[in-house]
Amino acid sequence: MSKNVLDFEKPIAELESKLEEMRKFADNLYIDAEIKNIEDKVVNLKESIYKNLTRWQRVQLARHPERPYTLDYIYLMTENFLELHGDRYFKDDKSIVGGFATIDEYKVMIIGHQKGRDTKSNVYRNFGMPNPEGYRKALRLMKLAEKFNKPIITMIDTPGAFPGIEAEERGQAEAIARNLFEMSKLKVPVLVIIIGEGASGGALGIGVGDRILMLENCWYSVISPESCSSILWRSWEYKEQAAEALKLTSADLLEQKLIDRIVPEPLGGAHKDHQTMALTLRNVIKEELSELIKIKPEKLFENRLEKFGKMGKWID
Amino acid sequence: MSWFKRAKQNISTDTSKAIDLPDGLWEKCPGCSEILHKKQLDLSMWTCPKCNYHFRIGSSQYVEVLLDKETFKETEKKMRSADPLEFADTKKYSDRVKETIKKTGLNDAILTGTGKIDGKDVAFGCMDFKFIGGSMGSVVGEKIARLADRAYKHKLPLIIIAASGGARMMEGAYSLMQMAKTSGRLAKLAEANIPYISILTDPTTGGITASFAMLGDVNIAEPQALIGFAGPRIIKQTIGRDLPEGFQKSEFILEHGFIDMVVSRKDLKSQISHLLNYFS
Ligand SMILES: [Zn+2]
Repeated sequence: MSKNVLDFEKPIAELESKLEEMRKFADNLYIDAEIKNIEDKVVNLKESIYKNLTRWQRVQLARHPERPYTLDYIYLMTENFLELHGDRYFKDDKSIVGGFATIDEYKVMIIGHQKGRDTKSNVYRNFGMPNPEGYRKALRLMKLAEKFNKPIITMIDTPGAFPGIEAEERGQAEAIARNLFEMSKLKVPVLVIIIGEGASGGALGIGVGDRILMLENCWYSVISPESCSSILWRSWEYKEQAAEALKLTSADLLEQKLIDRIVPEPLGGAHKDHQTMALTLRNVIKEELSELIKIKPEKLFENRLEKFGKMGKWID
Repeated sequence: MSWFKRAKQNISTDTSKAIDLPDGLWEKCPGCSEILHKKQLDLSMWTCPKCNYHFRIGSSQYVEVLLDKETFKETEKKMRSADPLEFADTKKYSDRVKETIKKTGLNDAILTGTGKIDGKDVAFGCMDFKFIGGSMGSVVGEKIARLADRAYKHKLPLIIIAASGGARMMEGAYSLMQMAKTSGRLAKLAEANIPYISILTDPTTGGITASFAMLGDVNIAEPQALIGFAGPRIIKQTIGRDLPEGFQKSEFILEHGFIDMVVSRKDLKSQISHLLNYFS
């Protein structure tokens, strides 16, 4: 049994460990039939649990410590990845990674937030919270892709841009703003994929593109449910309510017309089966790129302005 | 001077930092504790004559500060929030908006339109901190986008005064996307070589600083304004130590290279006029 079992995953995990036990003794027909019975139960249970998750539960899945991160996807679904480092101004931010890669016939620039898996690697990756140099590195790589006419894929998975003294001194706000400005104008296609957490400006800082995809169990909003709870309810205790109020899941965002497509995850979430998830995503990316590369470069800017221009609701 | 009258109506709500003294005619300066008469403050554009403390003022007052008399023509005057998420915390967002409209006489957190500065035509936008902390939701984003489009179409220099705590939580991801929307439109303006001057006032933080407020061809801040991405409280919580003196103030931001100049409110119009002459 995995160490990282979420509350709502427990009934499934219990059945699964029971199954494992039984398989050890599976040498007679009676037990085989019983195993089959429990296997069916697991599938049914999973289907009913994962179809009816609350928004807060989806937030937890998006943060699952065994969920695939940017580099996992890169290694599982691209070939010839060549990581590039540094923003050329200050340093190499480890919470945003990027470089050249190929996916079948497509040569792409792939850039994404990177979290760590344990305490040590999380400290190294700053928990996926970039400093300004992360956004500036990302922009440098995007400009490089533009120069050599390669499509860009960005993968979003961050609890937010880092709130620190040095981050402010080096212009966290300016770095994000500059990316929004420059990404709007890029003359190569940009495919944005939210693969985990999409927290506010720290996420959007690499999130302006032509198509915006979201894996099924992700969240994307202007603030995390916890921070929203602490500000509006003046307590950290209302995160569930805040998650509901913010309507921040992939289904919500599709309905709000803020994303273009949901990428289905394996039953139980991406963390249950990295291989299958990566294969699904790879196929989706190929499909998306085949359409995106048909758009004339000079149309991209105009299209993006129109796309983001439509976002929002107001009464005139 | 019409500036007096206009300013007076809004005094109690405009100046959230001001302390009302009993008879309502006097204000205590939060900078130096000097007791100042409101007439005196009106004359000095709500800056302290003794220590140059800048009181927070509203958009209608900035119209008086910056634009030539009776040249301002408001656009998208009626636009208001549609409450796209039907959001509720301890209060329904729709009620919050209604109450704020009633209390402030504003429809949302930004005033947009056209006007003249020393005879030169400009597209002008000014945020209002008193409208839900000056937060940017769909209305603010859309009004800025249309203002930028108007500047583009009529080749008008664009001036936006920021005063905001950030994006509006109650519109969730819709608010977030306004950052991309406004920045994209500024990119279009820049491609046409139309100048954009960003004025940052107290406070300018979060999604506002991380979008249009930092993207001026020239970024100007009022003295001692709080300017940053993350709020000081959050940074303090995260790093677990005290913040240095003057951290995230205009002068600090100037020192670190993210604004071009710190300009007192009294000199704002002449400085901008000077810049507009240069650009033209
Ligand atoms: Zn004073």
